[in-house]
Amino acid sequence: MGIDPARASDTPFLRIEGVSKNFGTFPAVKDVSFDVAKGEIFSLLGGSGCGKTTLLRMLAGFEDPSEGRIFLDGRDMAGVPPWERPLHMMFQSYAIFPHMTVAANVAYGLKHEKTMTKSDRAARVAEMLDLVQLTQFAHRKPHQISGGQRQRVALARALARQPKLLLLDEPLAALDKKLREHTQFELMSIQQRTGVTFIVVTHDQEEAMTLSDRIAVMDKGEIKQIGSPTEIYEFPTSRFVAGFIGSVNSFEATVAAREAPYLRLDVPALGGQFMARDLPSAHVGQKVSLAIRPEKLHLSKTRPDGVNTAQGHVKDLAYFGKDSLYRIALAGALVQAHAVNARRGDEGARVADWDDAVWVSFDPSAAIVLVD
Amino acid sequence: MNRRPTFLMTALCFGFAFLYVPILSMMVYSFNGSRLATVWGGFSVKWYVSLLSNEKVIDALILSLKIAFISASVATILGTMAGIALVRFGKFRGRTLFSGLVTAPLIMPEVITGISLLIFFILMGHLIGWPSSRGFTTITLAHITFSMVFVTTIVSARMQQADRAIEEAAIDLGSRPWQVLFDITLPVISPAIWSGWLLAFTISLDDVVITTFTTGPGSTTLPLLIWSKVKLGVTPDINALATLMVVTVGAGVIAAGIIMNRAEKRRLQDERLAFRSNG
Amino acid sequence: MQNRRLQRWFDSKGWIAVLIGTPYLWLVALFLLPFLIVLAISVATNTPTAPPFSFGGEYPWVNWGAYARIASDDLYLRAFLTSILNAFMAMIFCLLIGYPMALGLTRVPKGWRNILLMLVILPFWTSFLLRVYAWMGLMGKNSWFNGILTDLWNVLVPAAWALKSIPMMYSNFAVIVVIVYCYLPFMILPLYASLERLDTTLNEAAMDLGSRPFQVFWTITLPQSIPGIVAGGMLVFIPAAGELVIPTLVGDAAQPMIGKIIQDEFAQARDWPMAAAVAVALLVLMVIPTMIYTRYQARAEGAK
Repeated sequence: MGIDPARASDTPFLRIEGVSKNFGTFPAVKDVSFDVAKGEIFSLLGGSGCGKTTLLRMLAGFEDPSEGRIFLDGRDMAGVPPWERPLHMMFQSYAIFPHMTVAANVAYGLKHEKTMTKSDRAARVAEMLDLVQLTQFAHRKPHQISGGQRQRVALARALARQPKLLLLDEPLAALDKKLREHTQFELMSIQQRTGVTFIVVTHDQEEAMTLSDRIAVMDKGEIKQIGSPTEIYEFPTSRFVAGFIGSVNSFEATVAAREAPYLRLDVPALGGQFMARDLPSAHVGQKVSLAIRPEKLHLSKTRPDGVNTAQGHVKDLAYFGKDSLYRIALAGALVQAHAVNARRGDEGARVADWDDAVWVSFDPSAAIVLVD
Repeated sequence: MNRRPTFLMTALCFGFAFLYVPILSMMVYSFNGSRLATVWGGFSVKWYVSLLSNEKVIDALILSLKIAFISASVATILGTMAGIALVRFGKFRGRTLFSGLVTAPLIMPEVITGISLLIFFILMGHLIGWPSSRGFTTITLAHITFSMVFVTTIVSARMQQADRAIEEAAIDLGSRPWQVLFDITLPVISPAIWSGWLLAFTISLDDVVITTFTTGPGSTTLPLLIWSKVKLGVTPDINALATLMVVTVGAGVIAAGIIMNRAEKRRLQDERLAFRSNG
Repeated sequence: MQNRRLQRWFDSKGWIAVLIGTPYLWLVALFLLPFLIVLAISVATNTPTAPPFSFGGEYPWVNWGAYARIASDDLYLRAFLTSILNAFMAMIFCLLIGYPMALGLTRVPKGWRNILLMLVILPFWTSFLLRVYAWMGLMGKNSWFNGILTDLWNVLVPAAWALKSIPMMYSNFAVIVVIVYCYLPFMILPLYASLERLDTTLNEAAMDLGSRPFQVFWTITLPQSIPGIVAGGMLVFIPAAGELVIPTLVGDAAQPMIGKIIQDEFAQARDWPMAAAVAVALLVLMVIPTMIYTRYQARAEGAK
């Protein structure tokens, strides 16, 4: 559910404990708990309405939890108003103050640092502008710079006070593809240089996968799974998470036997018995799902060796240049397979064409068993 | 629409003629040499000359300006507070009454507002001794009351469009909400606040009915002076005064228009520059 | 320690109370309270004291006499009727003149639009009183304007009906004309704002499907602009009904409007209860138009 055992040891940097938020009778966030380590990039990933933004706002202090507590660096944040919390937020719309210059924007929070002198503040502003490479735009007004530059102002402004935690609300959402890739790397590099802990809220799985050290997948106010990108992608613990990240083929199955380290399953849709990675909690006779990702399916014209094979024909084919997506009709189901076009292609070099008969196979360790 | 709609254009022309012929006629006749305001007796500026040396007119003008300045300033402060409160704080106790109070003076006939204020001042005078006599103070109080709602309308309309995220960002960065009001909210909506001030100033400068009711001996504002003269009929010196006022206000409106136009052009230029220099 | 707690309260809640409370208190004290007093006085008795009213008799000290007189006396009923009729006629003419102007403004090329809008607003910024005065100049017996109209009249009608000048002043007609003149911007601006927001691609779709320009106007533009029309109309009707300045200067003394009645009862007859009752009656009459206004104003803006 929530707490990642590997990290729950010593005092975590950020601890969310049993936090819920109800708007009237509507439960936006349901009993969420997790820890974040210092210096991590942690993402909250989910579709709209899953509660991730509400959680972020509770962290920032704009909403109060209906239940539960939030500890930042050991300190309980209950009753602490947003302007006193040692964390800052980079808003989705950037929220740059339109009537102030770039430098004034970045300097805004610093006036609350009682121990800094005027020259200290000026030096910090210069340092921040240098960090985001906006030094020569210091005297411009927001309407005189581009969207991407405005985002960097928002970042510099939020980091100026050297907060313990930086909250990022959909940081890459408003950027076009090219800028997105560039900004991704910039964010990671800035995070490394400053060592600030990042919490990112996003609906974009690519964003989450590339940026994060760990991801929490959320749905309808609950956390479905927390793990590193690899863990989430390769070892999802629920059908929801498996389907949310990337694509997945899943079929109803019954556990026939345990043949460590695999499980033998009856899969009617595929027309036979198949082997998949063992799920320790599963017992013989249990109704489960067999899940396998499209890129892990192997296609061939002739029957391959191996224990997991099925025969069908190509129903649909989408050619993307560097790869192709196949829809293959098997005994009782349609299956998606993804193949890289590794060979120089002309019609003859493709594995299979429309309506061709084709064999689908996969390695037992590439398939997993899911119980919900 | 690429077809020239002649009916509409003709209507526009007639409309503008309707709006401006009376004013232009009045301006022309202000240079009328003869005393009979409606019969032309040769070109003359003598009415302007007599105006400028007419003490009563000068005094009335100064009084009007003083009242307008004070009332506009206070009305702007109160009206801005109300405008922000209405938009930023959704439900609070007594909100319906509040929004009612803020809309009512806009459409209520001035006679009613005037008479209720006069009765109020008289009764207060009897009960607690203040105001002992009506004049500058009572007029100003009355003007503030009914012009503040105009400011509220302008400010609340502007606040509807204002970005809430920048206020939250400022709070997030360490400022208390009331500090954010002064640092961020007010500067960002300041054009609306200035428009409100200008509107309140004009309304106060121009008001007749409410001022008639709330004035006292010795406090004759310019509109009241004109009112008493005009009840007797059309005279050329009023024409001259009117022309001066129209020209002054006209110059002001045109100047404001030019300034806003230029600011808008510069802003578009800046944005275009920014778009090209992307990053 | 107390100070810290006070500070905290102010930071989170206190400042809101100040922000809402200050204008609220002002309006309650100087707007609501005086109005409630008027309401109370309307059921008092007129006495030759200073102030000229008192709550005599026994409990509940309420004297409905003033309202009874309004309902029965011809003077008041006629004054209400005159006011409503004049205001209504003025509203109609404002609409007939203002709507084409507003619509025309939306068709004018962008460059001209700001200038023309400014020209529409300009008279509004000049003195209201002086605008009434300007019409007095035009409508007088000896004015050039009257002269032209008289000549036109004399040319068009048989000799037996010839006039020396057209009697325009001191009549309901003059009142209506001047109300239209002074309140026209109140009709044009909201109408323009609402027409400007309309989606012109709808017009193009209609024309593409075969409608002629007038049909497009009648079936597409006009229905969509109804909230703006009603809002603008009420914005003219409600204050016009209570007008005092215009009827005093150019109206017929024998057909007073209600604003004049209120002032006369108050200042001349020193009958405060009567003045108060007429004022309240006027307000009650305006309740329905006000509700119509608020409903359509919201709709005109919601149509964004």
